[in-house]
Amino acid sequence: MNLEENFQQKVDDEIKIEPKDWMPEKYRQTLIRQISQHAHSEIVGMLPEGNWITRAPSLRRKAILIAKVQDEAGHGLYLYSAAETLGISRDEMYDQLHTGKAKYSSIFNYPTLTWADIGAIGWLVDGAAILNQIPLCRTSFGPYARAMVRVCKEESFHQRQGFELLLTLSQGTEAQKKMCQDAINRWWWPSLMMFGPNDDASPHTAQSMKWKIKRFTNDELRQKFIDMIAEQVKVLNMTLPDDELKWNEERKHYDFGKINWEEFWQVVGGNGPCNKQRLDARKNAWADGEWVREAATAYAEKKLAKQTTNAA
Amino acid sequence: MITIRKFYYGDYGESKLGSSSDNETSSSPSGVGGEWPLWEVFIRSKQGLDHKHAGSLHAADATMAIENARDVYTRRMEGISIWVVESKHIHASNPDDADALYDPANDKAYRHPTFYNLPDAVKHM
Repeated sequence: MNLEENFQQKVDDEIKIEPKDWMPEKYRQTLIRQISQHAHSEIVGMLPEGNWITRAPSLRRKAILIAKVQDEAGHGLYLYSAAETLGISRDEMYDQLHTGKAKYSSIFNYPTLTWADIGAIGWLVDGAAILNQIPLCRTSFGPYARAMVRVCKEESFHQRQGFELLLTLSQGTEAQKKMCQDAINRWWWPSLMMFGPNDDASPHTAQSMKWKIKRFTNDELRQKFIDMIAEQVKVLNMTLPDDELKWNEERKHYDFGKINWEEFWQVVGGNGPCNKQRLDARKNAWADGEWVREAATAYAEKKLAKQTTNAA
Repeated sequence: MITIRKFYYGDYGESKLGSSSDNETSSSPSGVGGEWPLWEVFIRSKQGLDHKHAGSLHAADATMAIENARDVYTRRMEGISIWVVESKHIHASNPDDADALYDPANDKAYRHPTFYNLPDAVKHM
């Protein structure tokens, strides 16, 4: 058995691949791309929600939102660490994000216009993310799988707080109900796009499934999400903005309308409503933090020098 | 002859580690290309249990590493004690040597209690 066959055998036998094991270069590159973009998504994902921390309607909601945004930072760090085990440095990844070489989930290029958007993000965006992330807990690369176990444990509160927030609005005044429906209308379609292009337009899926990086196709997960949300929305007494959404008794799934892929590719390509704003925020944070990074290094060096002198 | 080669948890190439790769006593706080060094984090989840590897993070020094580990890995009461070790100080066995390293244990089933057949009449053993 050559190295590649041996590798595939391990994957087939559900033996996890660890950083120092031999792996095909393409597997390494695919994982670096996927994990780093996943990490970038967590970090950029803090921005649309951070927008509402100072304007949360109560102390309870504010504390919850802060905890959630802090979780996203943590998720980003777990994932950056997992990617680093593949031999890319943290600074290289940041550089790829800042120069636009690496993407992040296009959902975060949409604006958070009202407080209800915080609920819609928790329910729909985090709901979609969870469906993507649960199978990743069993992904073939050990450090990625372990990071995802942590992420999934924490993610479920994110979705529940979002639904609870919308439920509260849905039982409120007319204006609150309207705000709730409006947020669902704006976030529904972008959430469906989070699962990525249709299977026939997703050339890497087959290889990723063979390597067990992915366990389900984009369309399988999307259908699962639609079936789930179409039921949950009834509890909110709200509707989803799709006239063609209908239970199909034969398929035992909901049928749904056509996704605007033109919009998806426009947003991926940098032309979404907030692409520039998000990227600028990241770049500024990195540039503005430079003196802090340098000062901490200088302080550590000074302390070390002092220790060495004292020891001598 | 078993040789234990030095590897880093993060699987960095040795060349990327610059001067700190084999001179551990005079370690410098700045890591790869000006990055803060990488630390491995070990958490004891409750009194009486071992510290267990939780993940890694970057920090300028040990104090910052512990503070960051608190924020990153113990936001939900996952720990009551934290160890941090700079990743470059971790030595690991090489997976390529696994056969030679662990083979001697394979054919020694008599080290396990189930190897021994005892009559059912023997109780409490």
